[in-house]
Parts: sequence; structure tokens; C-alpha cells
Amino acid sequence: MGLSSQSTGADVLQSELKIKRDYVNDRLIALAGNPNVGKSTVFNALTGLKQHTGNWPGKTVTNAQGKYKYKNRHFILVDIPGTYSLMANSAEEEVARDFICFGDPDAIVIVTDATCLERNLYLVLQTLEITANVVVCVNLLDEAKRKNIRVNLKELSSRIGVTVVGTSAGTGKGLEALMESVFHATDKKKDHVPLRIQYDEIIEQGIDILEPCVKELLQGRLNSRWVSLKLIDGDEVLLKALGKYINIDLLNHSALIEKLEEVRNILNASGIDREKFRDKITSKIVETAEEIASRSVQTESDKYNDFDRKIDRILTSRIFGIPIMIGLLGVVFWLTLTGANYPSQAIASLLFRIEEQLTVFFMDLGTPPWAHGVLIMGIYRTVAWVVSVMLPPMAIFFPLFTLLEDLGYLPRVAFNLDNFFKKSCAHGKQALTMCMGFGCNAAGIIGCRIINSPRERLIAIITNNFVPCNGRFPTLIAIIIMFFAGAESGPVQSIVSTLLLTGIIILGITMTLIISKILSKTILKGLPSSFTLELPPYRKPQIGKVIVRSVFDRTLFVLGRAVSVAAPAGLIIWMMANIYVGDLSILARCAAFLDPFAQLIGLDGYILLAFILGFPANEIVLPIIIMSYMSTGNMMEMSSLIQLKDLLVANGWTWLTALCVMLFSLMHWPCGTTCLTIKKESQSWKWTLVSFLVPTATGIVICFFVASTARLLGLN
Amino acid sequence: MDKRIPLNDLPMGGKARVKALISDSSSRRRMLELGLISDTEVKALQKSPSGDPTAYQIRGAVIALRSEEASKILVETF
Repeated sequence: MGLSSQSTGADVLQSELKIKRDYVNDRLIALAGNPNVGKSTVFNALTGLKQHTGNWPGKTVTNAQGKYKYKNRHFILVDIPGTYSLMANSAEEEVARDFICFGDPDAIVIVTDATCLERNLYLVLQTLEITANVVVCVNLLDEAKRKNIRVNLKELSSRIGVTVVGTSAGTGKGLEALMESVFHATDKKKDHVPLRIQYDEIIEQGIDILEPCVKELLQGRLNSRWVSLKLIDGDEVLLKALGKYINIDLLNHSALIEKLEEVRNILNASGIDREKFRDKITSKIVETAEEIASRSVQTESDKYNDFDRKIDRILTSRIFGIPIMIGLLGVVFWLTLTGANYPSQAIASLLFRIEEQLTVFFMDLGTPPWAHGVLIMGIYRTVAWVVSVMLPPMAIFFPLFTLLEDLGYLPRVAFNLDNFFKKSCAHGKQALTMCMGFGCNAAGIIGCRIINSPRERLIAIITNNFVPCNGRFPTLIAIIIMFFAGAESGPVQSIVSTLLLTGIIILGITMTLIISKILSKTILKGLPSSFTLELPPYRKPQIGKVIVRSVFDRTLFVLGRAVSVAAPAGLIIWMMANIYVGDLSILARCAAFLDPFAQLIGLDGYILLAFILGFPANEIVLPIIIMSYMSTGNMMEMSSLIQLKDLLVANGWTWLTALCVMLFSLMHWPCGTTCLTIKKESQSWKWTLVSFLVPTATGIVICFFVASTARLLGLN
Repeated sequence: MDKRIPLNDLPMGGKARVKALISDSSSRRRMLELGLISDTEVKALQKSPSGDPTAYQIRGAVIALRSEEASKILVETF
């Protein structure tokens, strides 16, 4: 199975390039910047949207767009992927550059980090080579102030020759000025002249030879100086893009080719080959950035990052690094498990009291029994279970996880785990995409775009499903509470269940590594590619915002999705359980068919059927199991997790069943949304199928092994 | 005497200046884009728990590099 150019993901990204203006007068603004500089915060503050932010590189991997209105003018803001460079080394960089070059933006806002301006200026200078329609937003000024870093915005502006606005987007400071500047940038004729980087004389000489010819061919559509540089560089990706977007095949013009040869000969004569040329260009930009930063940034002492280094020395220390990581995970789970128990019970009993009331109401109305069955027993009950089982754990887990994310802990996780990934011949950033999977596997798979090498990207995609998403967490948590923690959980049980959940997650991570290694040795052979990881400064999370955002945006979003899938699923289950073929319902027949195989892997027919029917969304697996059991005659009042456990036990569940359900939940096929995302990202049904089969086969093997061992040892 | 050593041999806490890159093509460019041009100061901060990668201070940013990458950066201690 080879890798095609299509599986690199660049194609997917291209399709996101075209932005529609609602009106001719709408102004299109591209929001660019390095990763992790608060770009998404600026985006959210301007558009009022709630794009999730996170303190780690690679958070924004798709072009999000939003709108805002300022002084009666409509602006469409496009949040392009955060990159350090526009050299198109990766799919994201290519998208960012293509959007700037060919997306026809009226202005580009580059968000920069005031605490690390020099590094950010590299992107600014590269962008200025392409276009002059740039507004530089120096963000995180509040943080810079805390670190005693002062940025002279006027000086910076006069040096780079474009408008510079200072902001602290977290508090909203400076955003008005930013909108004003953007308004002007899209308004009048430009009278400013942006900084032009002066390269070595011999390179300038080459540009002079080439540029007139390029200018004539481009007819003002792109900066001819920049395109000339790229021609000398031999940047094939850009030349292809030129052909694709503006229909110019520069290498088809013999006059231009002649000039290009001439330039190359001159350069070669001075010992400047292609590699040297690139070195010189890159070095010059870096030097210029250094020069500008030294003139416009004042640092009182170089000790401003000492505190971060101290924290890093603990969090990533040789002895404590990994134990602290597991410990933090444990604390998050412990809080989730103990905290979720009581509200879950309360919500369940409330919802089922409402069910009784509804039943009475329906009786009074004289509704036919089948309608009551469909609406209450089918739809309402499933939805009620989904809400009571899922809402509390999510409302605790998400804010905690978001808190760690905003602090900047995830890159440290990647740093701690990198060696394991390297040994599995996988990419170091896979640790980050894996963490994204904890939220949602589909999001994790889109996040795999941060991995440049197609081979390693596919490995990350195929193995992403080994970490449980928030659709599966509640299942795991509910089962642990019922079977391993006991309903009246004392301190011992809550610790046991925390350890169990932590163990399950560590198992998931271990499987990710093992399967990555196996893939690297078989169908995706290769060596790990080069990798650099930035450890961003720790940031004080805005706790209030984190809670509001994670509860309202994430929790309610996921819950909404779960409910919208659970309702029709409840209907289907109810119908399957109540339509009889012969003396057995369809549900019972399907379950009986699956049962022999399911028993082998420690499950039963209904459970396996639930996993299959749960394909649209993992959230509904447990509700479907419950529905199925209830419909088989064991109808009982359900008002708490204890009674839920009784129902499961009455249907033959033991601790082994519970364990196998958890293992199978951790390792089975990705949900429908995730499969579609894999198809979209890999552009291949073959790799989608592989991604479907690999976790499924792993889960079956492991469950079979666990179930057989337990039975052989007579433990069950 | 040539005091050049590969960056991965720089002891933790040690400072050095970049003298040459011996990697090529895309890896080389990525290193340059991190700002690792000639005479750039680099400080080794700490190793990850399992000994690799190592975090370096480069132009105000903290960047983790695997030993394979760091070994292709020649530096001179001072």
C-alpha cells in the first residue's frame, strides 16, 4: 500500500480556500500569525464566535471564518492556520501562503506575540514580501508587561512600514483600534511603503535581471519581486499553485527561462547553489527580524522566563515528569468520577419523575399505547439516560481538561512522551493529536494535519481511535461507578475506580504506541521524520471563561449531538424490540445471531448489537444496551445507577462483562463521523477501511484474550 | 583547536553559538527558520524524562529537538 500525493491532505485544504463574499463591498480579512499567539482569541473577540482556543501549537488547523461589522462595513474574517513560515514546508503553511497569495484578501492581519516578537517577525517579514496590505497586531501586551518586556509600537511600525496595533485580546484591550486600522487598511489608497529586505548584492542583481520579465507576465497579480525570488529558489509548489489559481505557467515562457538560466549561472559562478541560496534568503530574513526586534523591544532582564523554566524542570523532570503526568490524569479522573456521581443520580431521578408525570398525562389524554411506547419508552427514556449519564462527567471533565490545555501543559505531555513515539517510528506531534482525540476523535484526525510526513500522518490517523473521546468517557465512567466503585462509594472505591480509569487510558496510549510500531514495520514502513516542538510559555488561564466556554460550547454541543442521535436511535430500538417476526422480536433475533461471537469476547449479543447500532455516535451505546434489556421484559423503574446496575446484573453482567465492555469501548471501530473525517482527510477509502479494521481487530483480540483467561482461571 | 561540537553534546545549562548546519533540504530549512543561523546563541535547558528530546532556548523561544536533529547542528561553546 503506497502513499499517494492525495493522502497528504493538501488537497483537502485547498478546497477551503474559496471564500464567498455576501456583498461586493464585503471586505475579506485574513488572520495570520504564528501558532499559539492568541489568534483564535482575537478571532473570537472580533467575530463574537467561539472558536476553541488552546495553549499549544496547531490548534487551528482549518480555515475558520466569521463576520463582523464596523462603521457600517461588513468584514469577513478568515482564521488561517498558524504557521511560523510561509515557505510551504507543510500542508498548513501551503494553505496559509495560498490564501495570502490567491485567496484575494483585502487585508491581512498578522497577530504576533509581544513576549516573543523576534520570532514572530519572521512571518511578518515574509508576508510583507508578498503584499503590503498588512496590519500587524502585537498581542499579549499584558503578558509582556508582566514579564517587563516593552514593545515600542511606533518604532516597530516605522521600521516595517505598515500599521502596528497593540492588543491584549484576552481582556479586549486594543481591539477597537485594531478594527479601526483594518477599516483604514481596506479603505484608502495605500501610501505606505513596507520594508523591503535587501539581500546580498549578487542576489539583488539576479532579481533585477528576472523581475521585469516576471512583472510583464503577472500583470500586477502578485508581487513580482517575490515571485522572482521564488523562481530562482525553484519553488515548484508555488509554480504549480500559480498555474492552478491564476492560470500562469511561468516555466512555459522561453524568454523567462533564458533569464532564469542566466541568473542561475551568475549565482553558481559565485558558488551559490540552490541550497546556499535558500540559506542566504532565510538567514537574511532572520537577521532582519533580529535587527528590528533589537530596536523596538526592550527587555529589562533576560530572567523573565525563569519561572517557566522552574515549572518545566519539575513537570518534565527525569524522575517526576511521567509520574506527575499520570498523577494529573488521575486527579482529573478522580474529580470527575466522585464529582459526577451525585449529580448523575439527581438528574436521573428528576428525569424519571418527569417520565411518570408524562405517562400520567398521556393516559389522561387517552393516547394509544403504541404512541406512548414510541415517545416515552423509546425516545424520552433514551434521551433521559444519555443526559443523566453524560452531562455531569462532561461538565466536570471538560473544564478540567481545558484548564490544562490553556495552561500550556499539552506540549509538555508531548515532550515527555516523545521518545516513546520515536521508538514507535511515529511523529512526535502524534502525542498532541492523541490528546485532541480525548475531546473528539474526528477533531483529533483533522488535527493530524500538523504532521507533515504522509506516512506518520496516516499512523496518527489510524491510531487516534485508541484514546476514548468524550462520547466514550461517560460509558467508561458509568460502568466503573456501577461495577467497580460501588454506588455508595467510599474513599477506597473512588480511588480504585480512578486507578481503573487511568489504567484504561494508559492502556489506550500503550496500544497507540504498539500499533504505531506495528504499522511502521509493516504497511507503513519508514523512519521517523525530523521534528521540532515548541514549549510555549505557561499562561494563566481565565478560569471563568474556561468554565463557561467548556460547559456551554463543548459540553452542551456534545450533549446536543448525543441527544439528536439518541432520539432516533431510541425510536429504532423501540421498534426493533416491538416488531415481532415469529415469536421473537427483531431485536432479539439480531442479538441471538450475534450472541455466540459476542460471548467469545466477553460480551453478549445485545451489547455487540448496541456497539453496531452505536456507529453514528458512541454516546448511545450504553443507552441502547439499557433499552434492549428493558424491552426484553425486565421492565423496571429506573431512577438511579444502582437500579441500572441491577438491570445489567439481571441480564447476566459480571465484572468480566463490564471489563470487556470497557475494553471494547476503548478499542473498536471509529464512529460514523470519525470514519467520514478519515475518508475526507486521507482521500482514500482504503485507509478509511484500515482505520476501521485496525482498532476493531485489536479490540476483538484483547477482549477474547481477557475473557478466555478469566474463564480458564475460573475467575468469573 | 576546533571547539565545534554537535548540539546534542552540549551539557544541560550550557550555552553555545551555532557554527554550521550539516542537515540538508527541508530539515535544514526548518532549523534556519527557527532562527538557527550562524552565530545564534543556544542554551541547553533540559532533557525529557527519557533522555530525548532536549529543550533548547533559541531566540527567546523554547524548542525541543530530537537528538537526530540536534546532532546535525554544530556549535561552539563559550
